[in-house]
Amino acid sequence: MALIDLGRKEIHCKIVYYGAGRCGKTTNLLYIYNAMSDNDRGKMLTIDTKGDRTLFFDLLPLNLGKISGFDIRIQLYTVPGQVMYEATRKLVLKGVDGLVFVADPLKVRQERNIESLDDLRRNIADHGLDLKEMPLVLQYNKRDLCDTPVPTLSVEELEQDLNQVYQVPGFEAIATKGPGVFETLKEISKRTVNYVANKHLFNK
Amino acid sequence: MADMILTADAVGGVKSIINDKLISENVQTVLVIDGAGNILAHCGQDTDGVDALSLAALTAANFGATSQIAKLIGENDFSLLYHKGEKANIHFARLGGEMILVSIFGDDVSLGLVRVRVDELAADINRIFEG
Repeated sequence: MALIDLGRKEIHCKIVYYGAGRCGKTTNLLYIYNAMSDNDRGKMLTIDTKGDRTLFFDLLPLNLGKISGFDIRIQLYTVPGQVMYEATRKLVLKGVDGLVFVADPLKVRQERNIESLDDLRRNIADHGLDLKEMPLVLQYNKRDLCDTPVPTLSVEELEQDLNQVYQVPGFEAIATKGPGVFETLKEISKRTVNYVANKHLFNK
Repeated sequence: MADMILTADAVGGVKSIINDKLISENVQTVLVIDGAGNILAHCGQDTDGVDALSLAALTAANFGATSQIAKLIGENDFSLLYHKGEKANIHFARLGGEMILVSIFGDDVSLGLVRVRVDELAADINRIFEG
């Protein structure tokens, strides 16, 4: 749920990065954290990581400027991707306003991507929302692996698997190095803020 | 979970009754947050070293996790949580609906007083924020 504070003139939105285990959700947040100035970012919170896997969630608060005189404050969350943490993913989705689905290009993860997107649709529905109605963008991460001998999926194959139903923008990215990370963030922020602002500020 | 719109009057009203019931009794910091981890009101000390955003996000997640524990033992939810530290203590109470009141206080304030005052506040905060 978005929070609109008319007294302080702030809009708070929650954006969740979703995807199968090890697809690069936390890496996206870390890249954003490292690239932004102290004035525009809060502290990054990473909870209970076991090895390099997220167990509960990561949180990165950002300030994204103003719209119609309102300061836009975004909280980026990740979920743990591993199948067994479904209950935790559902908790983190509570009150979500926008979603980034991060897809892994490895051929061996093809089914995992499809399952994870379906898991997202189900968990969103359990919160009484429809994924088709929500701000959503896809990110095709780890594109640098396509230049290696490791079998990977093309963007067309990923679109075919994941974007037939939703028809939303998809961004190629290399979250470890930066390409595509801010393009993804910019698009989901724009869609989320528009969605919230249109609902509450402009349609009165 | 519907979006929430806060007016300056509502926030001012809630802060006023929290100041009156808790901050005046030496409770250091009080936060009212929602189930998604947003901060609705923040009273008392500006808590050097305490990151209110992280505290709010973790509190919301903690309540979500403990409500699952509650269900495992046949309860619907736990309405309050309390953690005792060496110097600082923290009390979390569900205010009905989706809101949670977080109180941070030292050993000079009794837990009983905090519990009584939070109970007294719950209905008023609900009325002001949820109408």
